[in-house]
Amino acid sequence: MTTQDRYTLNARNMSVFYGSFKAINSVNLDIERNKITALIGPSGCGKSTVLRSFNRMNDLVPSARVEGEVIFHNQNLYAPHVDAVEVRRRIGMVFQKPNPFPKSIYDNIAFGPRISGWKGSKTEMDDLVEHSLRNAALWDDVKDKLKASGLALSGGQQQRLCIARALAVEPEVILMDEPCSALDPISTLKIEELMMELKQRYTIVIVTHNMQQAARASDYTAFFLMNAERAGEIVEYGPTGDLFTNPKDKRTEDYITGRFG
Amino acid sequence: MDDKASAGVSMDSRVAGVRRETAETTLNLRKKSRPGENVIQGFLLFCGVLSMFTTIGIVLVLGNESLHFFTNDNVSITEFLTGTQWSPQIGQFGILPLLLATLVTSFIAMLVALPLGLGAAIYLSEYASPRARKILKPVLEVLAGVPTIVYGYFALTFMTPLLQSIFGKDTVNIYNMAAAGLVMGIMILPLVCSMSEDALSAVPRSLREGAYGLGATRLETATKIVVPAGLSGIIAAFVVAISRAVGETMIVAVAAGAGPNFTLNPFASAETMTGHIARISGGDLSYDSIDYNSIFAIGMLLFLLTLVLNMGSRRLVRRFREVYE
Ligand SMILES: Nc1ncnc2c1ncn2[C@@H]1O[C@H](COP(=O)(O)OP(=O)(O)O)[C@@H](O)[C@H]1O
Ligand SMILES: [Mg+2]
Repeated sequence: MTTQDRYTLNARNMSVFYGSFKAINSVNLDIERNKITALIGPSGCGKSTVLRSFNRMNDLVPSARVEGEVIFHNQNLYAPHVDAVEVRRRIGMVFQKPNPFPKSIYDNIAFGPRISGWKGSKTEMDDLVEHSLRNAALWDDVKDKLKASGLALSGGQQQRLCIARALAVEPEVILMDEPCSALDPISTLKIEELMMELKQRYTIVIVTHNMQQAARASDYTAFFLMNAERAGEIVEYGPTGDLFTNPKDKRTEDYITGRFG
Repeated sequence: MDDKASAGVSMDSRVAGVRRETAETTLNLRKKSRPGENVIQGFLLFCGVLSMFTTIGIVLVLGNESLHFFTNDNVSITEFLTGTQWSPQIGQFGILPLLLATLVTSFIAMLVALPLGLGAAIYLSEYASPRARKILKPVLEVLAGVPTIVYGYFALTFMTPLLQSIFGKDTVNIYNMAAAGLVMGIMILPLVCSMSEDALSAVPRSLREGAYGLGATRLETATKIVVPAGLSGIIAAFVVAISRAVGETMIVAVAAGAGPNFTLNPFASAETMTGHIARISGGDLSYDSIDYNSIFAIGMLLFLLTLVLNMGSRRLVRRFREVYE
């Protein structure tokens, strides 16, 4: 299928409900492979909900329900036979607040491979840990203290540890939910540089409420707003350059120029 | 005079609401007396001091009476701690039979309470729907409120016959440590479950999401992330449970047997330290008799045992704790 060669994920008429409340109304979104796609919009418009629907994280919310399809490798992630655990191994996630496990840096990285049935030797694991930390631009900071707790790192380092941890299971897609909102500007820039590196090998979807970040770091941008029933909808979606310099929708223009939201 | 004036001004400004800008008002930063605060604080201090002094009092009485036992009654501490026979009539005061019975019943109780309690806690915090949790937690709490004498007769009239029908009447004594231990485990289970559940629920949700986000199953998340993160609380639960088992009296007094017996056989009858104290102090004891003094020595040992347990567990917790945030 040609669409799935170019795109990693396709959301088709995806609506998300929390109980009877419709949080997302019929979203269509194609996520291009090896690109960074940013989801922007005012808070509460459903960006996180959309992101969490891409790797079935919303299964953990008992009241949440998804209608429509999310296509990944020509399969609907919400087909009855699909195993959410398998989905999450291939579509990793980085959260708003860094959440390293209260274990050593090494064990934080090794956790994912170990649970997905890692068979390699100790030295191979050492290599994988080093490789993942290098890819997350954290190796030089922590190579002498791999046995130290992941929580002993600074916020920015913790977030890069969480990225390294996600990389270690070798996913295809990395979903990031406002990964920099708890970080200082320098750490934020580091993560953005890192994303640029990572998109060579991964597809990245990032939620951000920082417009400059979306403009700086992403290839595509989807702008969300709530409709009259408070359900999130896509107002405009396109290449980031176009959307920011030449928005087609008046509401997009208002939002990116800071006139509301 | 001055005082009154400034008080008047501050009253005015309060009446007028927020009017800080007006230049004339002087801000009143004087200390106010708050009698309510002081009374409460005093009362809380009293509570703290009271419980502390109670403990100290108990230790003093125990210590004093056991000192009598060891000095006046010609029982040496080594004899007490290493003797394998407890027969006050013939002057044998070896604690080991009583201690061993305590350890055997407690061990059996822990075999039941720890795995089942932790399992139930994991189920409640990680698997159960909010509705199931709402129903099950109160049920557990009711179970924890059943008087221990009821458990004692449950052991004697249900557990013992059950064991006898499984292992044979010849193997299982009417009074036996196994039945008492098993039922004691059931009694302690809700405590272990409830305390462990609190520890597991206190683990931040973000850690679970992190694990799920890496493709962990529910079981992997529970056993590899949540339980280790809540370990200090779980160990605390275990220690409280062991102390509870070591100190439990009614069940063993009713179901384990009346008479010291130096044996490891769980189907034999044997008397625990607490059971012995209960039986001896239930009879007519004259103060200053050697029997009377001996129960304080046993009590002292019980006290030390739980003290050591608590201190040991603190070290253990500090060692293995996974601190989150
Ligand atoms: N677990 C939940 N249960 C119920 N409603 C939720 C839940 N999570 C989010 N919502 C609701 O869904 C809407 C979208 O939320 P969210 O996706 O977090 O928005 P955003 O990330 O854009 O700020 C909000 O109205 C929010 O209240
Ligand atoms: Mg959000």
